[in-house]
This record gives sequence, C-alpha cells and structure tokens, in this order.
Amino acid sequence: MSANLFDKIWDLHKVGRLPSGRDQLFIGLHLVHEVTSPQAFAMLAERGLPVAFPERTFATSDHIIPTEDQSRPFMDPQAEAMMAALESNAAASRIELFGLASGKQGIVHVIGPELGLTQPGMTIACGDSHTSTHGALGALAFGIGTSQVRDLLATQTLAMDRPKVRRISVRGALGAGVGAKDMILFILSRLGVEGGIGYAYEYAGAAVRALGMEARMTLCNMSIEGGARAGYVSPDETTFEYVRGRPYAPAGADWDRAIAFWRSIASAEDASFDDEVELDAAEVEPMVTWGTNPGQGIGISGRMPRLSELPSARREGARAAYAHMGFAEGEPIAGKRISVAFIGSCTNGRISDLREAAAVAKGRKVAAGVRALVVPGSMRVAAQAREEGLDLVFREAGFDFRLAGCSMCLAMNPDKLVGDQLCASSSNRNFIGRQGSARGRTLLMSPAMVAAAAVSGEVVDARSLYGDR
Amino acid sequence: MAIDNRIRALVSGRGLPLREDDVDTDRIIPARYLKGVSFEGLGEYAFRDARFDESGKPKAHPFNDPRFAGASILVVNRNFGCGSSREHAPQALVRAGIAAIAGESFAEIFAGNCVSLGLPAVSLSADGARELQDMVEADPALRIEVDLEAGELRAGPRRFPLAMPETHRKALVTGLWDSTAELLPTLAAARSLAAGLPYLAWARAAP
Repeated sequence: MSANLFDKIWDLHKVGRLPSGRDQLFIGLHLVHEVTSPQAFAMLAERGLPVAFPERTFATSDHIIPTEDQSRPFMDPQAEAMMAALESNAAASRIELFGLASGKQGIVHVIGPELGLTQPGMTIACGDSHTSTHGALGALAFGIGTSQVRDLLATQTLAMDRPKVRRISVRGALGAGVGAKDMILFILSRLGVEGGIGYAYEYAGAAVRALGMEARMTLCNMSIEGGARAGYVSPDETTFEYVRGRPYAPAGADWDRAIAFWRSIASAEDASFDDEVELDAAEVEPMVTWGTNPGQGIGISGRMPRLSELPSARREGARAAYAHMGFAEGEPIAGKRISVAFIGSCTNGRISDLREAAAVAKGRKVAAGVRALVVPGSMRVAAQAREEGLDLVFREAGFDFRLAGCSMCLAMNPDKLVGDQLCASSSNRNFIGRQGSARGRTLLMSPAMVAAAAVSGEVVDARSLYGDR
Repeated sequence: MAIDNRIRALVSGRGLPLREDDVDTDRIIPARYLKGVSFEGLGEYAFRDARFDESGKPKAHPFNDPRFAGASILVVNRNFGCGSSREHAPQALVRAGIAAIAGESFAEIFAGNCVSLGLPAVSLSADGARELQDMVEADPALRIEVDLEAGELRAGPRRFPLAMPETHRKALVTGLWDSTAELLPTLAAARSLAAGLPYLAWARAAP
C-alpha cells in the first residue's frame, strides 16, 4: 500500500507540529474576496503585522458585485464600501487584485483554475467554503473562516487537524444527458450532508476519470455540502491539458518539471484510504432537490420520499423541509411549476455549463411568467460565451445574460428571489432564505435541467428536450 | 489580552435549546448581514429570519422566548453550522451572548471558527443532546457547566460525557486558541519550507 494524494501533499506542506497538537500547514495559494477579508486585514493592522507572502495571495470581487450595472460607485453603498476596502487592502499589501477593469474578475473558484493559479500538488485556501472546487485539479483546497484568513495573511500557514480520507469510486459510465452535478447530488443523497465530517473525499473510478476538468470542479465544489473538509480528483492527462498554456501555468522547461511533480503527487493505484465507498454511475439520473439541504435530492423520474421510508433520524428534517417547500411526501418532482431560473455560480458558472444550458435553450422561449438569468462565473467565461454566440442564444430565448458574479446563489447583490418564488437553480445550496427571500424555495439541478425548466415553466427531464429536435 | 483571560476550561450558564438537525450558517446569519467590513452589531441579527417574519413580527423561536433570555449555553442537535464558512455565524452567536455550544455534531469549518473565537463547541451523544434539551425546556433556570478539563457537561444531577477534537480542547483549556499567535513564531520555518516547494520556483517566472 502506498500514500494517497492527500497524504503526500499534506506531508510536503507540513511545517511542523504546533503546541496545540495541530499541524502547521503551509498554504501555497491564498485567494481573497471582499466578504470575508476586510475584518482579517483589520485584525492584522491591529496587531501591526504585514502580509507575509503577498506574492502568493490573489484577490477578486464576486459576492457583492452587481450583475447589471457595475459602474462605480455601486448603487448599493454597502457593496461599494466592501469593494473599496478590498481595493485599498490589496494595494496597501501589494496583493494582485483582479478588478473590474482587469478582464479577469470573477468568482474566486472560477478564476483560480482558469488563470492557471490553481495547480496540482498545491495547498490552497480561501475564506469561502466552496474552495473545495480547486481540488478538481489535484490540489488540497480548504475553505476557512476570517480568523484563519488573518492567520494566512500573517504567516501563509494554517493550524489544522489532518482529516481522514475517504475514496468515493463511481464505477461505470454516466448515461447521456447525465453529468457531474447529477453525480454529486446523487452522492450527497446517499452519504448525507454530514457523512463527510472528519474526512476529505477523493473522487475516483471510471465515471470520474471520464469527466472533463470543469465537470470535476462541479463535483469537488459540493464536497462541503457533504460535510467533507476537502474534495479532490487525483490529476491525470485531462488535468495537465487543462492547465497547459494558462496565464499563470508553468511554461518551457518548467512545464516538464511541473508534469513530473504532478505525477509524483498523484494517488497510486494501490494507495490506501481510511474509508472506501463505491457507487454505480448507471444508477444516476438527472437529479433535483426537493428539500432544504443538498442531500435531499431524487432522480427526475422519482417521487419525494415518504416520511415512513426515511431513517428515523431524517424524518423531522424532511417534515420541516416539506413544510417550507409546500410539497407533499410521495409527490413526483417533475411538473413542479417554477417562477425563476438561475444559471451560474461557482458550481455551474463555467463555459461548459453555459454551453450545456444553451444547447437546451436554443430555438426555444422561456415560459411565460418565468424570470430566467444566466450569470457567467467570470469575465473570461462571459467573453468566451459571447465569442461563441451563446449570449445571443440565451437572449433570443428570453434569458437575461448578465455580468460575472455570485449573484443569486446567495443574493448578496440585487439578484434575489421574492416572496415564496420557486427557483430552478444551478447553484449549490437550497437552504431556507439562501436566495434572498426568507420564504423563497430552491430546487438544485444541473444547468441543462435549469434551462429545460425555464423553457417548460416546470421541472422536466432535460433529456426529453435534447431528443425532439 | 493576557492568556489567563483566554482560558475556557469551564463555562457555565443557563441553556438555550434549539431543536433541529443541519442548521446551516445562512440560517444563523442571513447573507444580507454579511454586507459590512466588521463583525460589530451582528448579534442582533442571529437567526434573524427564523425569529422574525418579513414584516418584523416575532415568530416562535427559542431566541425570542423570554424563558431563555440571558441563557448562554446553546444546546443543538446534529451537524450544526453546516454550509458557508462565514465566521459571521459564530461571531453573531458570541455577540448574542452565547458562551458555549453543546450538541450531537458540528460542521468542521464552523467548529474551527468557534475555536478561533474561544467558543467551546462540544459534542454529546444524540440522545444526550435531546435529553439536555428536554431538561432545559422543563427548567430554564437549570445551571449547566461545560467542563473541558473533566470532559463532561454537568446539568443539575446529570453528567454527560462530552467530546471534541483534542487539539481544540487543548487550545481552549490552555488559552492558546489565538492561532496567529501560535503560528507566528515558526514563520521562518514556513519560509524555508516554501523555498523548497517546486511550484513556487516556477511561479516566480509567471507574469
């Protein structure tokens, strides 16, 4: 038995054992955004400490960014204050900020990989739980709180307990029209939203190997929704090809050295794990959530579980979820009328996601009474979409095609649900109130399924729309 | 602040039962209250949307219940604090007067954030958490002691064994939970480790 990727990268970055018994872990890449960093910069200033590794710290703005009018100052004075704080903190500490004029701004978990900042073998941290996304490239990536952002700014290290590692192997092949979002919602429905506590997840198996890089990002993105501390895919040729040629990627002689390093940190065939789970890709259908946590999902052809069918520990949560959603046990999810459709977020705001949704939207019209939004994950994604004419496909179908940001995933900008609207969303959380209305309701699904719901006015199997052209 | 003021070996107070699994950090502090550059004033918005309807009318919620006014030991169930990494969640709870949280289990980023703030988050058994909630419901004046040295939570005549990661416990009982202070002395070692990382060598050549 040999070491898995997690153990190799951890050992490579372990500075030592701290007095509390935690490991001191060096973090190779620190990503910063406007919501969880200003307090950390203030704490640093209070202690009179400088940023230790400004050259390994990169900043962007995403959570509060308006997606319609980005002229400064922003209409929302609080958003403007947060943006201004990020700008002055970055400038004062000589941290590179991908601002609105850079052409590189976007959701932190979209721009890290697309700029080539995220690379295999790295440790990465960001004050955002979806930092697990970067694990798709074979990195150890951790979401952290603001006090830990302070730790990182001051020392580029974190005090951490080493988690155990669970390998989740998905054997076989996903069916046509079934993708990474369905796979992760399926995994969450099986392992639960707390099943990953104490673990990092390594995703493996033929169905994971077959995923492209952006699909792997979708998969790793929602590791946190399963309670896992991190999620990753061991790197392979798909990974290397994705990184090649990106702005911050190694080039020339460094490229060969990089490939050798990346191969060296991959999990070996006979690597050992603390726990193993095997799932069958053939069982995965397009998934839709029916409840108020991401583990409450079913296949599109399924019915919402009866309380009596659920383990007793899940019944109270399901009962409360049905009460909030206005759904009844045993109902099908297909046919639920929606009033909002949202395509975007760090889970599904990349170019492949937009292509997938556009393929469904093309030549169709958003159903009457449905408000439909496409929010690219970054300026570069938006530019690529325009180059391919996807913006026109969406606009002709009646979608709003917006500027890059987190938008209606968490509604810190003007994009919000109203009242008890039901939203088909390609984002990552269906928590009560998540999309900006305390009574709002969220159905998580893939970008293709959101597009299909938008043009149908109700939840439908997107595969039925691919077929009838 | 002196280390002595930071020791969290024993925290006591009255209980505040919050019966629900998978309470997420959006619920603890809705995202619209994250629009600020400091944590000041967050206490008043803890569980805002669970406590008040859209017109501002109070709903039935333990944080609104006068029987639990002034209580400082939050008693929860499974996977408390899941979701977003926002430290605003434990910051809001601390500012709302919470001094310790006891429950079946905690999401890990949340638990880590609690340590960063010197806020003990201790695990009881699933049945233990429910029993403690029942006891507090029956007697809101019940005095609860969270004793990290003895590894137990005492409530009236009952003693519940408590669990938490040993590193968290150690940081809290010694008062060494300020992680920046713990990490700073070995900054030189971190720099020398960084000098040997292959990807930092080629990063220097990038734009």
